[in-house]
Amino acid sequence: MTELISEELPITRQNPFDPPAEVTAIREQARISRLKFSDGHLGWLVTGHHQVREVLGSPKFSNDPRRHHLLDKRFQGEVPEDGRKSEPGMFLSQDPPDHTRLRKMLQGQFTVRRMNQLSEWIGKIVDDQLAHMRSLGGKADLVKEFAMPVPSLVICALLGVDYDERHRFQEDTAKMLSLEVSFKEAMAAFARIQEFMRELIARKKADPGDDMISDLIATGEPTDEEASNMALLLLLAGHETTANMLGIGTFTLLQHPDQLKILKDEPEVVDNAVEELMRYLSIIHFGPVRTAVEDVEIDGHLIKAGDTVLTHVPAANRDPDKFGDNPEELDLRRPASGHVAFGHGIHQCLGQQLARIEMRIGFSKLFAEFPDLRLDVDPEEVPLRTDMGIYGVHSLPVAW
Amino acid sequence: MKISVDQSKCCGSGMCVLTDPDLFDQNEEDGTVVLLQEHPDAEHEATAKEAAGLCPAAAITVS
Repeated sequence: MTELISEELPITRQNPFDPPAEVTAIREQARISRLKFSDGHLGWLVTGHHQVREVLGSPKFSNDPRRHHLLDKRFQGEVPEDGRKSEPGMFLSQDPPDHTRLRKMLQGQFTVRRMNQLSEWIGKIVDDQLAHMRSLGGKADLVKEFAMPVPSLVICALLGVDYDERHRFQEDTAKMLSLEVSFKEAMAAFARIQEFMRELIARKKADPGDDMISDLIATGEPTDEEASNMALLLLLAGHETTANMLGIGTFTLLQHPDQLKILKDEPEVVDNAVEELMRYLSIIHFGPVRTAVEDVEIDGHLIKAGDTVLTHVPAANRDPDKFGDNPEELDLRRPASGHVAFGHGIHQCLGQQLARIEMRIGFSKLFAEFPDLRLDVDPEEVPLRTDMGIYGVHSLPVAW
Repeated sequence: MKISVDQSKCCGSGMCVLTDPDLFDQNEEDGTVVLLQEHPDAEHEATAKEAAGLCPAAAITVS
């Protein structure tokens, strides 16, 4: 069988809400194909829904960055060997048993029950932010005034980070996720947030509060360094993901008035609408990446030990094998569960139940409070985050 | 129908609880799955299977 080989991963999106057309075309030819990584490694590109789940769910694949071949040309030759090691506590880029040990320390904090108990409190944060937006007059940047502050206020309060100190990490958080800054700049930004977190851990040890970081320290389980990096990971993840779903999700709904009408007329559809928006938008721009630790056969392809695999979440979430005849359409009533927008396998998003509640309350209240919300610029003028690892919109000028 | 869960595999995603809270719960301490009904009524068959399919860590089996 001749295998399809891509020299480089297409990342340009022709339509703001769709994966790159070239990636969709690749998926239609081959759910698993070959992809050249920037160091010349001939790895794999996995675009099928079933196949992405298989890779992400298999213990035969590692998420240790030292094993991965580099996709990003910027990092080629720049990254020292020890610069690729996973920091203590950064469980997202660790394999079991370290990953299991660290994640277990946090799992109890993010259960469905605990997150549901936060509904009322999150509702109040959303109400306050919408009142603030209204106080600005008849127009605003929805990202700056709503989509970013809501998850930021929530995660800061949960972790016990002073929201007024956000200038010390928000800019650096964005830098770390930018695809356009150099490796050195990204590492410098990371070092600054680490310093902020180390100070925070020291403060919490001396003066514990009623928050997740204090609770984590109180268990006596993680080292200071682990606690600091675990908190950093939660802060980073809590900021950039839900904020972008609220931003580009609102953009999408405004561009699909028939679907928005369903959301407004049938409030009970909101939980499914959140799943469908997650599926349709897949804000992981591309990835995640894994490397095989032993030979593994998937869908008739022999992936050898040492081969790096790029799974493509946006392509997988539009796979007709899973989502039927019209996966390219936004359909808030579609059974969208089973999407891989939160990932799959042991690294599946730890904060997903929090994210769901923030989106459910965020979208519901936004359109209840501002039923006449509209774009204040031509849709082509909305700046897209094609330069970021987490996709979305940089700003969303709206009027009401 | 019999449901089995493997706590050692569970990664605390909560997808099972979200799918059918009559069948599954999560441990307060570490978020791992707690099975509430090992042999549920037939009316729960579809959601039990869905929960098994959605579990990211393949910690739930339905037989």
